[in-house]
Amino acid sequence: MPDTQGDLVQGTLNMLILKIVALEPIHGYGIAVRIEQMSQGVFKVNAGSLFVALQRLHRAGFIKSEWKASENNRRAKYYVLTEHGRKKLGSETREWGKQVAAIARILEA
Amino acid sequence: MLLPRNIASGLQSLFRRKQVDRELDDELATYLAMAVEEKINQGASPEEARRAVRLEQGTVEVAKEEVAAAGWESFVETLCQDLRYAARTLRKTPVFTIVAILTLGLGIGANTAIFQLLDAVRLRSLPVQNPQQLAAVRIAGGNQGMGFNQDYGDLTRPLWQEIHDHQRAFSGMFAWSVSQRYTGRGSQMRHFNGLWVSGNFFQELGVRPFRGRLLAPKDEGPCPNSYGVASYSYWLRELGSRDPERGINLIVDNDPVQIVGVTPPEFFGMVVGDSFDIALPYCQPQAGLRRDIFEVSVMGRLKPGWTLDRASAELSALSPGIFEATVPPGRDTATTEMYKHFRLAAYPAWRGVSQLSASDYTSLWLLLGITGLVLMLACANLANLLLVRGRTREREIAVRQALGAARFRLIRQFLSEGVLLAAAGAVLGIALAVVLSRGLLLLFSTENNLPQFDLSLDWRVLSFVGSVAMLTCIVFAVAPALRSSRAHLSDALKSGSRGTTADHETFSLQRLIIVMQVAISVTLLAGALLFVRSFRNLVTLNPGMRERGITVAFLGYWQSNLPREGWAGFQRELLEEVQAVPGVQSAATTTRVPLDGGSWEHDIRVGSVEGTSKFTWVSPDYFATMSIPIVTGRGFTSDDKASSPRVAVVNQTFVHRFLPGIDPIGQTLLTIVEPDYPATRYQIVGVIFDTRYSSLREETPPMAFAPATQFPAQGPWSNVVIDSSLPPETVMATLKHSLGAKHPDVVMEFHDFQKQILDGLVMERVMATLSGFFGLLAAMLAAIGIYGVLSYIVVMRRNEIGIRMALGANRISVLSLVFRQTALLLAVGVAIGVVVALATAQGAASLLFGLRANDPVTFLGASALLIVAALLACYLPARRAMQVNPMVALRYE
Repeated sequence: MPDTQGDLVQGTLNMLILKIVALEPIHGYGIAVRIEQMSQGVFKVNAGSLFVALQRLHRAGFIKSEWKASENNRRAKYYVLTEHGRKKLGSETREWGKQVAAIARILEA
Repeated sequence: MLLPRNIASGLQSLFRRKQVDRELDDELATYLAMAVEEKINQGASPEEARRAVRLEQGTVEVAKEEVAAAGWESFVETLCQDLRYAARTLRKTPVFTIVAILTLGLGIGANTAIFQLLDAVRLRSLPVQNPQQLAAVRIAGGNQGMGFNQDYGDLTRPLWQEIHDHQRAFSGMFAWSVSQRYTGRGSQMRHFNGLWVSGNFFQELGVRPFRGRLLAPKDEGPCPNSYGVASYSYWLRELGSRDPERGINLIVDNDPVQIVGVTPPEFFGMVVGDSFDIALPYCQPQAGLRRDIFEVSVMGRLKPGWTLDRASAELSALSPGIFEATVPPGRDTATTEMYKHFRLAAYPAWRGVSQLSASDYTSLWLLLGITGLVLMLACANLANLLLVRGRTREREIAVRQALGAARFRLIRQFLSEGVLLAAAGAVLGIALAVVLSRGLLLLFSTENNLPQFDLSLDWRVLSFVGSVAMLTCIVFAVAPALRSSRAHLSDALKSGSRGTTADHETFSLQRLIIVMQVAISVTLLAGALLFVRSFRNLVTLNPGMRERGITVAFLGYWQSNLPREGWAGFQRELLEEVQAVPGVQSAATTTRVPLDGGSWEHDIRVGSVEGTSKFTWVSPDYFATMSIPIVTGRGFTSDDKASSPRVAVVNQTFVHRFLPGIDPIGQTLLTIVEPDYPATRYQIVGVIFDTRYSSLREETPPMAFAPATQFPAQGPWSNVVIDSSLPPETVMATLKHSLGAKHPDVVMEFHDFQKQILDGLVMERVMATLSGFFGLLAAMLAAIGIYGVLSYIVVMRRNEIGIRMALGANRISVLSLVFRQTALLLAVGVAIGVVVALATAQGAASLLFGLRANDPVTFLGASALLIVAALLACYLPARRAMQVNPMVALRYE
């Protein structure tokens, strides 16, 4: 079980959360599970880092939240991407793609 | 990043902490529940699932902490926590807290009060529009005592006109002068502070009327004046707040004047600390303007882009023409040439002018320094107390460190206590300063001068208090905080652990504080002794004449319709009436009252020697009245009439200067011509002992006296010195009554000669009083500090002392153990203090009288005083050390 904080490139957790929230409104645990599933178990997020990140994104106005009933009838806080967040995700994704491509070019040289 | 949202959300979590907490709790609970559910779905038992989730996710609490610590509000929150905790701790030790706040409050209050005064007299700008543009035009280097010089008078009115007509540096110029005049007639006469101004004065300054209208250029006209403007305070006090529109009519200097307006409350004129009462426009006297009365101060607003230097250059270039056109008549060639070579220059004037001299400012700054040092001493004591507190709380601190408190947090915790104390001290200090600064003004006030300053708290005073409080906080709280947070965990946790010998590192800071305290107190004590002794020298100085029981009367009779030829006769008549009053032993007229700061001198020639001598015209009984002994020759008699040959009595300094080794009797002196004072040859008929002339501080100058009957410039006034066995108040009341009944139109003012001399020493008195007070306070603070630290050291070393005694040390050796500690600290502190005091005293040398700034007696005295105080302070702890019972002390091990 890799330490997610250490393995995630600085700042990428925010981007991943934004991406997942962009797919559909989702609660905290859902985000953690999605990150684990979609990375096929490479990234695991603990509650502390997840909620700190959620709070930051919330403060920055990238996501908003509301309390709703979950699929198995639990009250859970669902996060939704804002317009502002959508733009941020777009720009972050483009930037990330550029960086990855650049790194790949260097490593393949 | 949306800053507003961030702040809003932060504020929400600050002020709706519970709700935000609950929400986070709920969210985390849901999170965990979901995780557990998932594990169970995957086949784990509920127990296992919960355990696994906990392990994986960490505890909910840690997660909460992490979330809470991520926002900026958490910093504010821990700060509040620290402050709350500090407040609780302080409440638990009320005595310490009260002593600390009182000490700081007094210290900060005293500093602020003096700063307020400095601010009012020195730092504030005039309450007019754009004061920073104002500049004054003066003769560079002054007028060398030419002609008549009024207070704040730099130039003559003809000069003002020339400057006004020719200058290009100023967008507008105005002139003003001050003098005391009289309102009313006869027994209703009262004097007022007059402000004479050019017609555009108020417009140029941008002062708007509070009532009615202010003066305008059209009000300048031929004398006498017909319109005037009252200051707000005078209008309130003397004019009953009447509406100027309905006509306020006064008699000013015997002529009717209508008060047409009132200036706003904040405008006091141009002299800081001395508000004007009535402002009147300049008028053109029928006889024309005199070229030798330096009465006006000329100021203006610099044009945009003009600096003082550029204006000075411009004025300097104009100077030859301006001075050429205004040469005062009737001077000898040398004086006229000197006048023509004067140069004008521009000086900053945004603060207005002040009656305080440069040395008065030095005194005030010095006082601020003194109070600053006293505050530092108080801080040192507080630092000591906090250090001791830190020692007693070592276990608490160690426990908190063991539980994971970071050193940074502990330091913050300790600092919060300091911040709270300093803040409380600052608040108390401001409250005290408001009272103290007014008390300080009373100290400065004299019989006929109560300084009026605007002592309101402005931003400068408040920021001063703020920075002083911050500084004190740093001085007294930082070192203990750093020290206390560095507890040795294992040592401190061992219950009752106490080093058997003095731990040098622990006490070193306290020792340093003691050395500093001793040094500062020696400096302050030495300064105090210097000022007290200097003041004593002045007060006990023998001026060569009587001071006690002399009443000085000023009699003015310009309102009686006597012709000029009748003045001298009327003066004699008045003198005879004064002499006839019961209780008056002798009385005499004089043109100059000694020691009142004024001066009158003539250029003279004695044989081939040229120089200047003071000149006073007195009636025959003057020397007897003032108890000035005659060395040789004679004084004046009633035979020295206006028509008889001119005779003079000179003092010993005159003889040394002009007639060394020659018998002065029968020699002649020649005065150089001046307007109203024709060149005159006097024969010296007597020599008197030296007396002080215009002030106690000044060395006796060459002085000459001539008979009052031969005074060439008799005005409608005279000064009468009166010797009486009755108290001066009685004499004044009797004279006022008997003379007043007979001559209702004579202006009368009385002074007690001795009081007037003492009033001239007001700054010296204030310095002696305050520096003496603060010096003693400093010694006391240092003694308290030494007492505190030694008591503490003795307690900490009780075991060691007990062991020493058990091993056979006797009481004397224990006593010397404690005294040795002090002696070294004292020696170092006193040495540093003396060096510092010697260095700083040089700067105050000009304020001292009759002793040098490095006066050895003073420095020895200050050191001795402090050593005695320190030894007294260390006697009690030493005695306690002597009484240590070895058995009791050892049982603690």
